[in-house]
Amino acid sequence: MADIAFLLLIFFLVTTTMDVDSGINRKLPPWNDEQVDPPPIKEKNIFTVLVNSKDQLLVEEEYMDIEQLRGAAKRFVNNNGDGSCDYCTGALRSPTSSVNPEKAIISLQNDRGTSYETYIAVQNELAAAYNELREDLAQRRYGVSYKDLGEEARKEIKDAYPQKISEAEPVSLGN
Amino acid sequence: MAKFKKKTGGGAPGISTASLPDIVFMLLFFFMVTTVMREVTLKVENKKPKATEIKKLERKSLVTYIYVGKPKAQYIAQVGSEPRIQLNDAFARVKDVQNHVITAREEINEAERPLMTVSIKADSEVKMGLISDIKQELRKANTLKLNYSTRKGEVYGDKG
Repeated sequence: MADIAFLLLIFFLVTTTMDVDSGINRKLPPWNDEQVDPPPIKEKNIFTVLVNSKDQLLVEEEYMDIEQLRGAAKRFVNNNGDGSCDYCTGALRSPTSSVNPEKAIISLQNDRGTSYETYIAVQNELAAAYNELREDLAQRRYGVSYKDLGEEARKEIKDAYPQKISEAEPVSLGN
Repeated sequence: MAKFKKKTGGGAPGISTASLPDIVFMLLFFFMVTTVMREVTLKVENKKPKATEIKKLERKSLVTYIYVGKPKAQYIAQVGSEPRIQLNDAFARVKDVQNHVITAREEINEAERPLMTVSIKADSEVKMGLISDIKQELRKANTLKLNYSTRKGEVYGDKG
């Protein structure tokens, strides 16, 4: 009996794969045949991230390393340009950054030659920037972690920092 | 009194193995329950990129997978070494993606169709051109929930 059980045990030990499927969730915009003009958005509310075919980043027309992207995105969203955001800690009031988190949009465009690894890294850093802002606000308002909040409170925090990432269709930016 | 004699030691008694089958059965059931049989044989390289902000994919029955990567060594002679798409067990072209996703959606019960997720399992060396083409196909098929499959780990460990 035990022998048979051992045999089966070894079979399942060998065949089992323990990898849990996980990844970054994103939502695609619906397909539209006719070209729709984008609504007018002020230049300062857009945080432009360009990635070229050599996996280099151009953020707000400046060269940047991937390590700095998270901080830059946080500063941009948390800028509180018009003073209407009472929970923003950034309070840089920079005239070239967003007026408040609700209006802040991150625009991402990559080259067709950009590697998938870099693309995921950029997506990850941008998501991390928002997650850190939300976590921070949850700690200040409720004193608990964002993931431990109730549904309502979580939605409130989420709406305080809505994640707006717009992806343009890739172009050949060249070098 | 003589009756209270100190027991003469015969060494430690052997460990009883009577419970061994029970333990083995317990382990057996554990592995039987947790095991997931691989449904497809990977024909492409699949070294997923790392990320930290990841979410677990739930409801496996609502997930469709698309594998992207360079063909494995034994297939290079047939399909070349450029990154290819793999759907189920076969190599596919970009235009096949739409059909594949629509077929997968038909199999899902109607109430749950909007929850369907496509998981892109791409190799980290794949270029974004191919991924973007897939994304356009998914948009045309109106399957908008997407998951970029990644491993857990710091992003800029091995990068400059």
